[in-house]
Amino acid sequence: MIRHAFVRRITPQLIILAVVLALNLMVFPDFFKIELKNGRLFGYLIDVLNRGAPTALLCLGMTLVIATKGIDLSVGAVMAIAGATAASLVVDGNHWTAAVAGALAVGALCGLWNGVLVAILRIQPIVATLVLMVAGRGIAQLITEGTILTFLDPGLIHLGAGTIFGVPTPVLIWLILGAFVAVFVRRTALGMLIEAIGINEASSRLAGINSRVLLLCVYVVSGIGAAIAGVIVAADIQGADANNAGLWLELDAILAVVIGGNSLLGGRFSIVASLLGAMIIQSVNSLILLSGMPPEFNLVIKALLILAILVIQSPKVGHVLYILRASAPSTPPKSQSITKPTSSPQEDQS
Amino acid sequence: MIRANHLPLLVTLVTFVVAYALCASQYPSMLSWRVIANLLTDNAFLGIVAVGMTFVILSGGIDLSVGSVIAFSGVFLAVILRDTSIHPLMAFLLVMLIATAFGAAMGALIHYLEMPPFIVTLAGMFLARGAAYLLSTDSVPITHAFYDTLQSVYWKTGGGARFRLIGGVMVLTFIVGVVIAHRTRFGQNVYALGGGSATSKLMGVPVASTTIGVYAISGGLAGLSGIVFSLYTSAGYSLATVGVELDAIAAVVIGGTLLTGGYGFVGGTFFGILIMGLIQTYIVFDGSLSSWWTKIVIGGLLFAFILLQKGLTWASTARKKATTGFITPS
Repeated sequence: MIRHAFVRRITPQLIILAVVLALNLMVFPDFFKIELKNGRLFGYLIDVLNRGAPTALLCLGMTLVIATKGIDLSVGAVMAIAGATAASLVVDGNHWTAAVAGALAVGALCGLWNGVLVAILRIQPIVATLVLMVAGRGIAQLITEGTILTFLDPGLIHLGAGTIFGVPTPVLIWLILGAFVAVFVRRTALGMLIEAIGINEASSRLAGINSRVLLLCVYVVSGIGAAIAGVIVAADIQGADANNAGLWLELDAILAVVIGGNSLLGGRFSIVASLLGAMIIQSVNSLILLSGMPPEFNLVIKALLILAILVIQSPKVGHVLYILRASAPSTPPKSQSITKPTSSPQEDQS
Repeated sequence: MIRANHLPLLVTLVTFVVAYALCASQYPSMLSWRVIANLLTDNAFLGIVAVGMTFVILSGGIDLSVGSVIAFSGVFLAVILRDTSIHPLMAFLLVMLIATAFGAAMGALIHYLEMPPFIVTLAGMFLARGAAYLLSTDSVPITHAFYDTLQSVYWKTGGGARFRLIGGVMVLTFIVGVVIAHRTRFGQNVYALGGGSATSKLMGVPVASTTIGVYAISGGLAGLSGIVFSLYTSAGYSLATVGVELDAIAAVVIGGTLLTGGYGFVGGTFFGILIMGLIQTYIVFDGSLSSWWTKIVIGGLLFAFILLQKGLTWASTARKKATTGFITPS
């Protein structure tokens, strides 16, 4: 039963992803070809998985944050800070594991800062995380001293550009972490508690949920996810660019969460659907690239995507659909969930 | 009570005066008309857009699209002046119309779809930036005799200071903004809406037209800001003014407006802009400080003012509790 609900939850995302991939195949027949060269998998599909890694890592934490009715605008800046930290530690002669640990610690600290502002000082999430978004890139530049810090440490570079058993490391990292987080929140009561905070924080606190600690944790998870993404991006280009690392990726992450059918108003969430959302965004990017359309279309298409999802997610449209469905009793209910797959988030709630 | 209401505005003013005094004590030449004139000229486009942002934030919303709309307006002007023989004034009118309609459309989506303004204006941000890219990805220079005329309009004071036209446009926008916010029915409705959507609806505030109006103002002023920016740079570039929305939001908050809406001053935003401009000017004067300190200091100021607002809200709820025995949800 749980399994059936889960499949139905991610069906719209799977359909969209399949359609986008099919379009990719149409414009580029070799799209699905994957080959093994020099012990490394090559192919456009692998590329989508690899390039989508930062967004996927960001949207892990972002999904949880949005589920608590919050938002984390600072992840792009945190990526820059973490990348700068890792690069400067490695340049100073530290081992790459120490550099990664340092970057993760800095990411956790940034998350903690956001969490304290939101959970303890009770500042609106959008404002609280705006502070770090504005100041974060300045801090990152302070760490890199205004230059693009380049490094040649093979261990660190391996994280962004290397492979494990032929699979690019970033792909493995996000798949493993994604699976871990998804299983962890669903196999424990944690996911439900987070949803409870998002639906009504006051009543969840009355029900005995320690909402402060949970909110703190959620922002720390988001910070750590951003730090990992930042390290991967820095390792990929073998340098920390405080100005451009993760620029506007927070918007991509939010978009991925929204495409994943998660409501921005908090409540029910699905990590897997968000990850699929991230892959949809990356597939659209690759479609634009492969079809020879000017990359300028990228933003317009993203905007139209958001608008379409907004209309589908809107409580008012959902209400109208509900009335339409209720006033047409002749159709069996099962076929409706197939004909209107996009309205499933509303169905789940009702 | 009046004192408590005006405290954030007062703090902003004092911050500005103290900051300016500190700057001037270190670099006496900063205390000149030339610096003040440049402060107005260099921040003109940001100031204009911040007026619109103040209205949006007062109504309890947020507009992330303004930076992209400025860029779009600039590129649109540059392209239309290059490709057609239309008079710049007509082009200005056209830009203002498009930008206002764009803002109004976002407002309508926010109201009728009942979606968070954050995500709707995010879509608007992508759309406007994408439209600018589609028009031209290169920087398009504007060479029109009328532009030269407008750019050469200035009021000269002692010390070689030049108060240029665009600085004047910003000051005028602020004055009109203050009048609309504090002296018209629409302004009252904006404050009521920010105080609480459901409550204001019960009070008979036209929620739909106010919401749409607020975003139309923000869009229209972003268009005006695009015109001013094109006068400032003599070019239209689709990658320009990235992140201006954040600067505008920061200026509004530093100016003492509550980000939850319903409380604040358009005049405060003016000093928020001046404080941010002052930080930049100080860094230029210092020479050894790097430009990224601007961001860190603005972030720090943002944090300080948010804390101040939070403290004031707490203080006022505590007082209400003490006098009436009830805590009103804020």
